[in-house]
Amino acid sequence: MGLRMIVTVKQVPDTHNVSGDAMKEDGTVNRAALPTIFNPEDLNALEEALKIKESTGGTVTCISMGPPNAVDVLKECLYRGADDVILISDRRFAGADTLATSYALKCAIEQVGEYDLILCGRQAIDGDTAQVGPQIAEKLNINQLTCVSAVTAIDEQSITAKRSVEDGYEIVKSRFPVLLTITATANEPRTANAKKVMTYKNIGKEICNTSYDESYMAAEACAVLNHVKEWNVETIGADPIQCGLSGSPTKVKKIQSVVLAGCESKQVTNTDAGVTDLVHELIKENIIG
Amino acid sequence: MDNFYRDNADILFHMRNQDLTRVIDLREDGFSNKEDSPYAPKDQADTLDNYDRVLEIVGEIAGSFAAPRAREVDEEGATFADGKVTYPKGIRETIARLNQADLAGFTTAREYGGINMPMSIFSTAIEIISRADASLMLVFGLQGLSDTIGKFGSKEQKERLLPRFASGEVMGSMALTEPDSGSDLQSVMLRAQHDEDGTWRLNGVKRFITNGCGDVSLVMARSEEGSTSGRGLSLFIYERDQDMKVRRIEHKLGIKGSPTCELQFNNAKAELLGKRKLGLIKYTIYLMNGARLAVAAQSVGIAEAAYRDAYAYAKDRDQFKKPICDFAVIYEMLTDMKVAIEAARSLVYETSRIVDIKEGIEDRIEKHPDRAADLKADLKRYTKLASLFTPLAKSSAAEMANKVCYDAIQIHGGVGFTSEFNVERYYRDARITNIYEGTTQLQALAAMGGIIAGVVSERLSEYEENNDFSSITELFQAAQKMRSHLEMAISYIKEKADPVYQEFHTTRLVNMTTDVIHAYLLCRDALHSERKKTVAQLFINKANLRIKSTLDYILADDHSLIDLHAEVIDRED
Repeated sequence: MGLRMIVTVKQVPDTHNVSGDAMKEDGTVNRAALPTIFNPEDLNALEEALKIKESTGGTVTCISMGPPNAVDVLKECLYRGADDVILISDRRFAGADTLATSYALKCAIEQVGEYDLILCGRQAIDGDTAQVGPQIAEKLNINQLTCVSAVTAIDEQSITAKRSVEDGYEIVKSRFPVLLTITATANEPRTANAKKVMTYKNIGKEICNTSYDESYMAAEACAVLNHVKEWNVETIGADPIQCGLSGSPTKVKKIQSVVLAGCESKQVTNTDAGVTDLVHELIKENIIG
Repeated sequence: MDNFYRDNADILFHMRNQDLTRVIDLREDGFSNKEDSPYAPKDQADTLDNYDRVLEIVGEIAGSFAAPRAREVDEEGATFADGKVTYPKGIRETIARLNQADLAGFTTAREYGGINMPMSIFSTAIEIISRADASLMLVFGLQGLSDTIGKFGSKEQKERLLPRFASGEVMGSMALTEPDSGSDLQSVMLRAQHDEDGTWRLNGVKRFITNGCGDVSLVMARSEEGSTSGRGLSLFIYERDQDMKVRRIEHKLGIKGSPTCELQFNNAKAELLGKRKLGLIKYTIYLMNGARLAVAAQSVGIAEAAYRDAYAYAKDRDQFKKPICDFAVIYEMLTDMKVAIEAARSLVYETSRIVDIKEGIEDRIEKHPDRAADLKADLKRYTKLASLFTPLAKSSAAEMANKVCYDAIQIHGGVGFTSEFNVERYYRDARITNIYEGTTQLQALAAMGGIIAGVVSERLSEYEENNDFSSITELFQAAQKMRSHLEMAISYIKEKADPVYQEFHTTRLVNMTTDVIHAYLLCRDALHSERKKTVAQLFINKANLRIKSTLDYILADDHSLIDLHAEVIDRED
C-alpha cells in the first residue's frame, strides 16, 4: 500500500531543569540556557509512523522547525528509521508562537508534496498548548484526529483510531489525508538503532557546530548534506510577515518552574462516611467540583 | 528515562580512561573496512564514539525497558507445556527491542551484519543488561556463541548462519552438559555417528542447557566410537528440527526468565564444526572462556543493582532517629560493597582487553600470514594471560556478587527478605554465577597452572614497568607488599612439590592472586582520579590483612585438615 507519512518533531528545553534565566526579556524561551531534548510525544508520533511503515509499507519524512542545532532531533529520527528529514531554519522564524509555527510547517508540508498522513505529538512540553497539530490541519484544510492513543485499523483509503476524550474514548475513522496528534500512551517509543547511529552520526556536523547566525548564512551550502535538508523562508514559499515574532499574536508574560510536591498525607477510612468527607474537603479546597 | 550506561559513573570512568588503542587497531584491522560498510568507523576517535553511542542504546533499553519488566519476568518465569518452551512476556518484548536496535550481532563482523564490537564493550553491555535483568543476559550474552561459528566455521557456515544470528532471527544455545557430565566434560556420552551418506546424526541427552530450545545449538558429542577421553569429542552445529525434543525445563532458584532445558536428540541431523576431535580441547574451551567472561560481567551487573538498592534504602531508612547509613556497621558494608564492585569491574575490563588483544592477534595472523612471525610471541603471551585472567575474573566477580547481594538483603533487614523489594531477586539470580560455566572451585583449578608457572608474576612486573606510580608511592608500596606475600606463598608451594598440599591450598592461592591483581589494577585506576586513590586505599587496607593471614596458614605446613577431615565428615558418634 505504501503510505506517505510526515511527522513533525520539535526540539524542546528539558522542562525538568528549568532555571531562572529560562525566559528572555521578550517573553520567549531562552533555549541557550536549557538542555534540549526530543519532545516526548513527538517520539510517540514518530514511533506510530514507523509502526505503520513496518506493517503497511510507506515512507516517513520528519520535519522540524528550529535553530540549526535542532538538526539533532532530526538525526534522532534517522537513527530510529525515518527515510528523510527536513530542517526548517531561518532567523525569520525565531520567536514564533503556535500560529506562526503552524503556518511555517504548513508551508513546508506543502513543499514536501503529496502525503496521506501527518503525525504530530499531542503537545510539546515547553508550551503545552496542543495547538500546532490542529492548526496545521486547519491550514491544510484536512481532517484531524487529536489525542490518538491507538491506531486500530488502516486500509487503502482510511485510518481508524482511538481518541482519548474526557470521559473515555471514541473510535473514529477518517479518509486520507488526515492529521493525527498522538499521546504518550499510544506506544513505547523505540530506541535508536545502533547501525543507523553509526551511519548518520557524523552527517550535518557543519550545521551543528556553527552558531545560529553563521549557519544561517551557510545554510545554502549545507542544503545538500546527506539526508539533512535545510529549508528557509524562501524555500518553503512562506510570507515573512506571517513568520516568527511578527506573525505571532501571543505575548508571554512570565514563565516559571512550578514544582508540585506532596507535603503531608492523610488517612481516609474505607467507609462511605470517610469517602464523603474526602469529597467534601476536595470541593471545599476547589480541587474538584 | 533511566539509562544504565549514562548513570554509571564508574563505567564512564573506564570508558574515559581505559586504553583501547590496540584493541581497536586489531578489531578494525587498521580501518580497512571503512569503505565496505556505511557504519564502519574511520579512525580511533570515531570508534570510541561508536562504542559510547552503542552503550548508550544498551543503557536505555536496560534502564527504561528491561528493568521495569524484570520483576514480572521473574514472577512469570519461562514455562514449558506440550513440548514447547515459552519465554516470559518481558523477555520476549526486550529481545524484540534489542533486535530492533541491531544489537543481536554485537560482536559479529560487519560483513555478516554485525556491529563488530570488541569483548571490552560486550562485557560492559552484558553488565548493563544484567543490572536490569540477570536472566535477560542469557539471551543477550549467548549471541557470543556465534563467535565460535565465526572463528572455527567454514565460509559457507558463516555466510549461512551469522547473518541470521546478527539480525536476531535465530537464538542459540551451547549444549555441552549432560546428566553425568558437569564439571567433567571429558566424559560426555551423547553420540555422533556418520550415516552412510556422510551425514552426522546425534543421539543422546543434554541437561542444564540454557536456552536449549533455541534455533541453533552447538552440541558437543562423542564422534570417535570407543573413545573415552576429551579427544574423542567433536562440536556440531544443530539446527532445530523435529528430531530434537525438549523434555522438560528446570525449576530454578533464580534467573527464572531463562529456560534451562533438558534435550533429547533422536538421530538428529547435524553438521561438524571445524575439525573432528577438537570439540572439547579447542572449540569448547574457546566457547566456555567467552561464556565465563560473560558471567563475570553479569556478576558485576547484578552486584551493581543490589548495591544501588541497598545504598538508596540505607539513605532513606531512619532508625534511632537517623538514617541507617550513618551507622558504622552499615556504611562499612556499603563501602566494602562499592569497593568490591569497582575492583571486580577493573578486573573484568582488564580481562576483556586481554581477550580482545589475543583474539585480535589471531585474526590478524589469519588475515596477514606474512606477519605471523612478528606476532607469534605476543600471541603466546596473551593466550597465557587470557587463560589465567578469565577464570580469575569469573570466580572473583561471581563470589563478589553473592556477597554483595547477601549484604544488600542484610541492609534492607526484614523487608529485604520479602519480594516487596528487588534485593531478594538479585540474591537468587547471583547464586548461579559461581556455579555455571564452571564452579568457582573449577575456575581455581584452571587458574592454578598460570599462577604456578609464573604468568601472574610476569604480568605484575609489567604493570610496574608500564605505569608511573610515583604519584601514589605509599599506596603502591602497600600493593607491592601484598605481591611479595603472594610470591612467598607461590614459592613455598612450588618448592614443597606436594600435589596434595598444593591442591588443598588452591582456592587460597587463587584468592591471594586475585587480591593482588585487584590491588594493582585499582592503583592504576588511582592514577586517573583522586577518588580512585581512596578506593584503592580502602581495598588494600583490608586485602592486606587477608593476604597476611592466608600466607601464615600456607607457610604453617599444617596438614591437619587434610589428615583429619574424614574423621569429622564421614563418622558420627
